[in-house]
Amino acid sequence: MAHANSELHELGLAELAERLRQRKVSATEATQHFLARADAHAGLGVYLARDEEVSLAQARAADDRLAKGTGGTLEGVPLAHKDIFVTADFPSTAGSRMLRGYCSPFDATVVAKLAQQGAVTLGKLNCDEFAMGSANENSAIAAVGHGAAQALPNPWNAAHVPGGSSGGSAVAVAARLLPAATGTDTGGSIRQPAAFCGITGIKPSYGRASRYGMIAFASSLDQAGPMARSAQDCALMLGAMCGPDPDRDSTSLDVPNEDYSRMLEAPLGGLRIGVPGEFFGEGLADDVRSAVDAALAQYEKLGARLVPISLPRTELSIPVYYIIAPAEASSNLSRFDGVKFGHRAHDYRDLADMYRKTRAEGFGDEVKRRIMIGTYVLSHGYYDAYYLQAQKIRRMLADDFQQAFKLCDVIAGPVAPTVAWKIGEKSDDPVANYLADIFTLPASLAGLPAMSIPAGFGAGGLPVGLQLIGNYLQEAQLLGVAHQFQLATDFHDRKPPGF
Amino acid sequence: MPLSPSDIARIAHLARLELAPEESGRMLKQINAFFDTVQKMRAVDTRGIEPLSHPYAAIGEVVLRLREDVVSESDHRVANQRSAPAVEGGLFLVPKVIE
Amino acid sequence: MRNPNTATHPSVQTLLVQGFEVVIGFETHAQLSTRSKIFSRACTAFGAAPNTQACAVDLALPGTLPVMNRGAVERAIRFGLAIGADIAPRSVFARKNYFYPDLPKGYQISQFELPVVQGGHVFFMLDAMPRSVRLVRAHLEEDAGKSLHEGFVGQSGIDLNRAGTPLLEIVTEPDMRSSAEAVAYAKELHRLVTWIGICDGNMQEGSFRCDANVSVRRPGAELGTRREIKNLNSFKFMQQAIDYEVRWQIAQIEDGHAIEQATVLFNPDTGETRSMRSKEDAADYRYFPDPDLPPLVIDSAWIERVRTELPELPRAMGERFVRELGLSEYDAATLTQSKAMAQYFLDAVKAGGPPKLLSNWITGELSRRLNAQETDASGSRVAAGTLAALINRVADATISNNAAKQVFDALWNGEGPDVDPLIESMGLRQLGDTGELERMVIEVIAANPKSVEEFRQGKEKAFHALVGQVMKASRGKADPVQANELLRNQLGA
Repeated sequence: MAHANSELHELGLAELAERLRQRKVSATEATQHFLARADAHAGLGVYLARDEEVSLAQARAADDRLAKGTGGTLEGVPLAHKDIFVTADFPSTAGSRMLRGYCSPFDATVVAKLAQQGAVTLGKLNCDEFAMGSANENSAIAAVGHGAAQALPNPWNAAHVPGGSSGGSAVAVAARLLPAATGTDTGGSIRQPAAFCGITGIKPSYGRASRYGMIAFASSLDQAGPMARSAQDCALMLGAMCGPDPDRDSTSLDVPNEDYSRMLEAPLGGLRIGVPGEFFGEGLADDVRSAVDAALAQYEKLGARLVPISLPRTELSIPVYYIIAPAEASSNLSRFDGVKFGHRAHDYRDLADMYRKTRAEGFGDEVKRRIMIGTYVLSHGYYDAYYLQAQKIRRMLADDFQQAFKLCDVIAGPVAPTVAWKIGEKSDDPVANYLADIFTLPASLAGLPAMSIPAGFGAGGLPVGLQLIGNYLQEAQLLGVAHQFQLATDFHDRKPPGF
Repeated sequence: MPLSPSDIARIAHLARLELAPEESGRMLKQINAFFDTVQKMRAVDTRGIEPLSHPYAAIGEVVLRLREDVVSESDHRVANQRSAPAVEGGLFLVPKVIE
Repeated sequence: MRNPNTATHPSVQTLLVQGFEVVIGFETHAQLSTRSKIFSRACTAFGAAPNTQACAVDLALPGTLPVMNRGAVERAIRFGLAIGADIAPRSVFARKNYFYPDLPKGYQISQFELPVVQGGHVFFMLDAMPRSVRLVRAHLEEDAGKSLHEGFVGQSGIDLNRAGTPLLEIVTEPDMRSSAEAVAYAKELHRLVTWIGICDGNMQEGSFRCDANVSVRRPGAELGTRREIKNLNSFKFMQQAIDYEVRWQIAQIEDGHAIEQATVLFNPDTGETRSMRSKEDAADYRYFPDPDLPPLVIDSAWIERVRTELPELPRAMGERFVRELGLSEYDAATLTQSKAMAQYFLDAVKAGGPPKLLSNWITGELSRRLNAQETDASGSRVAAGTLAALINRVADATISNNAAKQVFDALWNGEGPDVDPLIESMGLRQLGDTGELERMVIEVIAANPKSVEEFRQGKEKAFHALVGQVMKASRGKADPVQANELLRNQLGA
């Protein structure tokens, strides 16, 4: 069995799961292999927590089930979780000083569901603090093997950002440290790092995956999703992650879980791909435009028909999102007060002082900024003009999509206006970061399923992602459309040099 | 409508965030830069439009699920207080609360 | 609906205090009697060791989310129907944001713009006059935890067992015009919520907490600025607190000071209300609909089902007692003070007891003993049917009323379960033979000439002495009514 190991990290998720099932490799061997890779590439800084003993114990249990033939769909497959998901076996920080060393007494539902299918957890992955960020420059926790928190490098070009907030997950998958990882997407935090790192990621419809155990950022926007190296892999993992959670999450949709792989092989003949004019305006960088145009041409070759559509309020999605998300976050983060868990300041005069200092010390700049914005737009006299107005425009945005879906089956366009920017380039300009979210925010606000697939390369050899957006609950169709592209191209198979 | 330093102070107080003076200044600039992008949004005519709280409500009814009145959580105090900053006799300790 | 309490009602006079009209509105927080919490599955039982009934959701651990308890909604519907309110077909939960150690999430899940119950009235009697108070709304929300200060220096201990207990916040219009009226309202509300089984009403345990909004104004003037007296959990203190606050406000105004809106606490030791530490920003709760909870939808089928299961309400039952059983209004009101007592009475009537006599015994003898052992009628050591049987033995003259009290004592002390055997064993069967009694009467008259003479001179006291002698002669077994009658006959009176 040992001779197969050097290729283990080249295998996709589905392939690896199959090898494990056929007992061509053991779960223990697979886990050891990826633990070794994590050590070898500790410099990347993707892991915020690891525990070899815990992982190997899980692997041994998986081997037992594999031997008996009672394994799940991902039995013995090594994975890791974005540190937004709480885990009983590893500390959960959300990338924040506020939760350094925090031990959750329970697992997130998504974590438990993946464990139920036999996945082995190798650790917790780096991310922007409380999922707020587009570059993974906002993590405040030092990665395993690092003395201090630092920005994460893009595996394709270490001077560039990997994207965020699921930067650690994207880097881990792109660098072949894992076949797949969990991420979360509130305004683009799965799609954008997937695009920047040349991997595949999907945010399902809002309500498909349980939010129980996901450290909350923006309640009406947060969704869990898989990040892997192909649509086929994402489909497999999505099935394990999703499903109604009526006992614990009141926003979880009461719709049955599905086999998201069932439409992978469906041919594209007659598929109408909506192309929103607003996604191809002046702000779109030339290299991204070329790659996306080429991808759309490829779709035409595969039998799809491009249909021009309009999403007229695309630009409005920026202020709408950056009012709603911070508003919800400002409230969700009030529980971090130094009383029951998490950081507490050491020096304070009284209770009021304890609150102020604890929160000032525990939260990073971007988090504070968003709490301030959120508090303001909910405060007396501003609620109607800002928060309520934003929620109304949000409905208009959602209605725009429904109008568009009368003319097309899926919507395609870029994920971001540019490829990954340089580390530090936008870290002093929060608004510049917000503006770069323009293409991912609309689907987030409408709660529609959306994914990013590798579609080529741009300046500096950095990957370009193609965004596909489907109608509610149409993940299977979306993944099928993605898969057909991946059958005809090999962008998703390319590996960053040195990994 | 730009924010003033006293707005920043009021919001920071509501949010229980202690901001150092230069931090306040920086925060003021950055938040005002953000609110410049918001002006167009305020001008949109949204009369007759209902706010969208749960995304799926755009196409279907979303209602609150109710669970049966059953106790199924038992005492997990030790596990739940594992990460507590200060505990004594099972109580979370805080600086004195003055009514 | 026109408020019958306005001064235009001819028989209602607005009470003035030192020339000022008092205006009172109430906010009552009733803990709903569900087994589990409103948004989590932890237990709500009172008195557990600290934080042993505070689960991950109650502690607001990262990643936790609320899930709504059907039992809390059902109780809200029941309340709404009992007060004739509208049940909102769709209501929304909102976050009320503020920081306090006993509020784990840093916000309370409550209802703001769209509460589950809207409108309604509470009717009650005050000084034998019918009154009513309009309700604005009642909404569902979660209770906070508790801060404990004893035993700590410079610190407080936070117990979150209570956090997440379901509350129904019941808000009135400012319809009350005196502290007495306010207390009468509160007592009626208390009776109602315990009667329909949505709240255990245990005020010492904090199950029923009232906040009184109090203001004063000169008659005809605009409403004055109100101050809120928080956490009144005893009827006695409620009246004291409001009276003090009214006098305080009047004194302030007469000294030329304006009343500033404030939240005050009543100190039972000093009898004074005192302003709490100012919470200047307390007003900005930044309410917004809770994104973790979709709207609560209540269909008419559910409402109808609750309506059919609603018990006969105390006022209606009391009116029925007056109409059908001939009881006085006072007795009817006393019997319907609690479901347990009313049920006891009904059971006794069903067992064949005479309603009026039963009413006397229950509101007298039985109530005394129940109060002493601090239980309600369900804790009676004499079953309803047994009491009915006992009273029937008085009604059919088998025993005298006095003898019945002795039997009741014996029953209460567990000396025997049944009436008739005890009557026999205690030898209390009174003299039924009129002949023998008449003989005793003649003997007593003969033996007490002085008393007879005094009686003929008009001294009634002498007559009672003679009755006493007859009772003595019969060793208590005579029916005093009969003895009375026979004496008068013999004396030719």
